[in-house]
Amino acid sequence: MSSPPFLALLISMNPAISFEQVSRHFGTVKAVDEASFQVSDGAFFTMLGPSGSGKTTCLRMIAGFDLPTSGTIRVSGQEVTNLPPYGRDVNTVFQDYALFPHMTVAQNVEYGLMIRKVPKTERQKRVQEMLDLVHLPDVGSRKPNQLSGGQRQRIALARALINRPKILLLDEPLGALDLKLRQQMQIELKAIQQEVGITFVFVTHDQEEAMALSDQIAVFNQGKIEQIGSPHDLYEHPQTAFVANFVGTSNLISDDIAHKLTGERSTFSVRPEKMHILHEQTPIPANHYRLQGVVEDVVYLGIFTRFAVRTSEGLRLQVIDQNREAQDERRGDVVQIIWAKEALNKLAD
Amino acid sequence: MIRRFSTYLYNHPGVLLALLLGPPLGWMLMIYLGSLAALLFQSFYYLDGFTGQVVREFSFLTYRDLFSAAHMTIVLKTVVMALSVTIGSVLIAFPLAYYSVRYAGKRLKVLLYFAVLLPLWSSYIIRVYAWKLMLAKEGIVSWFFAQLGLSGVLEWLLSMPIVGGASLSVSNFGLFLVFTYIWLPYMILPIQASLERIPHSLLDASGDLGARPLQTFRRIVLPLALPGVVAGSIFTFSLTLGDYIIPSIIGDSTPFIGMAVYSYQGTAGNLPLAAAFTVLPMVMMVFYLLGARKAGAFDAL
Amino acid sequence: MKNKNLGLAITMWAVVTFLHIPFFVVMLYAFTTDSSTFTFPPPGLTFKWFGVAWSRADMWAALSLSTRVAAISTLVALVLGTLAAAAVYQSHFFGREAVSFLLVLPIALPGIVTGIALRAAMGEAGMTFNFWTIVIGHATFCVVVVYNNVLARFRRSNPSLVEASMDLGADGWQTFRYVVFPNISSALVAGGMLAFALSFDEVIVTTFTAGQQATLPIWIFSQLTKPRDRPVTNVVAFFVVIVTTLPILWALFQNRKFEEQTQND
Repeated sequence: MSSPPFLALLISMNPAISFEQVSRHFGTVKAVDEASFQVSDGAFFTMLGPSGSGKTTCLRMIAGFDLPTSGTIRVSGQEVTNLPPYGRDVNTVFQDYALFPHMTVAQNVEYGLMIRKVPKTERQKRVQEMLDLVHLPDVGSRKPNQLSGGQRQRIALARALINRPKILLLDEPLGALDLKLRQQMQIELKAIQQEVGITFVFVTHDQEEAMALSDQIAVFNQGKIEQIGSPHDLYEHPQTAFVANFVGTSNLISDDIAHKLTGERSTFSVRPEKMHILHEQTPIPANHYRLQGVVEDVVYLGIFTRFAVRTSEGLRLQVIDQNREAQDERRGDVVQIIWAKEALNKLAD
Repeated sequence: MIRRFSTYLYNHPGVLLALLLGPPLGWMLMIYLGSLAALLFQSFYYLDGFTGQVVREFSFLTYRDLFSAAHMTIVLKTVVMALSVTIGSVLIAFPLAYYSVRYAGKRLKVLLYFAVLLPLWSSYIIRVYAWKLMLAKEGIVSWFFAQLGLSGVLEWLLSMPIVGGASLSVSNFGLFLVFTYIWLPYMILPIQASLERIPHSLLDASGDLGARPLQTFRRIVLPLALPGVVAGSIFTFSLTLGDYIIPSIIGDSTPFIGMAVYSYQGTAGNLPLAAAFTVLPMVMMVFYLLGARKAGAFDAL
Repeated sequence: MKNKNLGLAITMWAVVTFLHIPFFVVMLYAFTTDSSTFTFPPPGLTFKWFGVAWSRADMWAALSLSTRVAAISTLVALVLGTLAAAAVYQSHFFGREAVSFLLVLPIALPGIVTGIALRAAMGEAGMTFNFWTIVIGHATFCVVVVYNNVLARFRRSNPSLVEASMDLGADGWQTFRYVVFPNISSALVAGGMLAFALSFDEVIVTTFTAGQQATLPIWIFSQLTKPRDRPVTNVVAFFVVIVTTLPILWALFQNRKFEEQTQND
């Protein structure tokens, strides 16, 4: 897309996507409730959350399939809130791939170019480029129903990327693939994104996937964004109980117990792997918090041992411990649970 | 330009709906419902016996005329025929449908399906004509009976009052045969559909609980097949009620509802009476349909 | 158990025979030398009636009229039926179920009701009964056939396809042309064929909405009062049976081929 120099400057200064207080209501149901975020140019941005949390609705509003009830959406500084999908410089990879069944693979991939009346020779060249990019150089003349799931997914990607959009949207594209294929595709997707340099907006409910791929993650819950941050931020410093337990697992320390330990009346979270099990009598190292409890369950998993412990205050904790010393604890044993002070994370709730 | 319009429609789904729904709905409302309404109105006008003109004033005169003895006999005749045809079709259709669903192998099932489909697809008037051929006094049916030495039976049948006549092709019995034949596929298909919906496990369970095949049939199969039977009966009843082609080709010339309608609106110029005659089967069908819906027939269609 | 099977099987085959014998009989009569009665067995066989029928101009006129009426009615039904199906599939509006009910009424109610209603209304409106009044009647009951087929096809299709097309830059019209229309084309063909057959064969409504014209079924109907013309009628009947049987046989054949193919996989 050609644009005058001033516009180009403006575009380069603006975030790729800007969501400003966007809401989407369906009658009384608030599918998306005042969501606001910005996506930097060239970033891999993931919207993460359980089903019905609003992440897919947000994606659809970026694409233009759904119009917001209120709020503003901008792409590269230009407002697109009410533009139809064909007026936006955004392309989508659908969850069910949505390949046109009556067209060949090549016709599918070149569709966007055909609509824009790009001449045939140029189209053919670019189609082949794309097929090479997704490692499927020879399938041009086949029909979608002759391809496997993984192959279809890559063609859907090619079909979207060929238009060189500013932003590529991916709606849980790996959900239908088996584990091994999914992991392989994750690596390939990341590689393609970095090669092509486009902003990717990815939707998934799989937090591991989000962590593996993203530069930034927005965690959605019931229409609201609970937290936005890098995978590291979200894991080390979750701000709400929901995020603490959706991204990885956490132990939640209620405010009464926290008050006894730290003097502060607030809920805290601690990652299970940051906790350790010690024998009842073992002296605890400095700068650690300590609780006492009874072992309820022990699962030995080779690399580590997983404990379910009940503290004397009645709190149930999960501890993942690599400590050799912890391995001989049994059900019913009284133990100490310790963790470093800096591992205690304060929640904003 | 097109794109601007397209965008307008995208942002205004109501307008798009109006554009899509407008033509077909407009057509149906204006042409079809409008005509039905006009017909209903006509039935409340009446024909002035002296002037021979239709008087456009609201009156029940035409309906009183309709409910006269002569006219009611016509209605009664038609209803009785429709009922007998329905019963006849069920009796003939059921074995075919049942066999096809329960005992036929895959290949046979397909063959039977097409065998039922073929008459459905072929020309209605040709099928009626074929029967006129066959039922003629010198035709194949008489010949068949003669070959079997059963001519006497045929004579006896034709000599019976009401049912009989000069030959099969001008008797009510012949009429009954033809009606049943013509509507048969309409009865077979719904019955077959509802029989197919009965899971095999139900029949096995019934046997497992001690029922003999006949009991299973009576208590499990028949009630579950009933919606299909009722669905099929909607067709046979309604189609017989309104048909005037078949009675004018086969059968003696005593009129049925359809023929009465045709003659009254034609040369007799008594459109109101014809309209009233039409309203009657319509009302009957509405009640029938309501009853059928209760019996679950619409799920079987 | 076996015995019951046998009795049932015999009954079943009897019914099948009952359904099909008339076709064979009527085709046989196209060859009979008898020119005025329906004597069975036929006294002799001949081909001469075929030539006589060929030269009948009124028969050809009726055939031509039936074809033209069916063609135009099908076209109208295709347009109206597709529009209605699209509307019902796309949006949830007040009275949605009523639309399906309304469209099926012309077929569900006895033909005589539709026929006389149209005749009364057209008479009131002062219309003369001609080609177009026949078409109006036929199109009205053909719409539902197309509607059902297209709606079923819509319901089976993937809604994401339209979104994908728009996402890739196509507006509403382009999406219809390149994505929607190819997808429903098979339903349009099926619905169109059904509508054509329905219109071609229709008698009752046609007699009410036609003026002096005769479609083929009406022509056949009028022939029945002319015993001397029976041989010609028989020949026409012969051809009609063949023409209407062929699609069914073809479909059966296709089905067999399909079965064999899937078994080989």
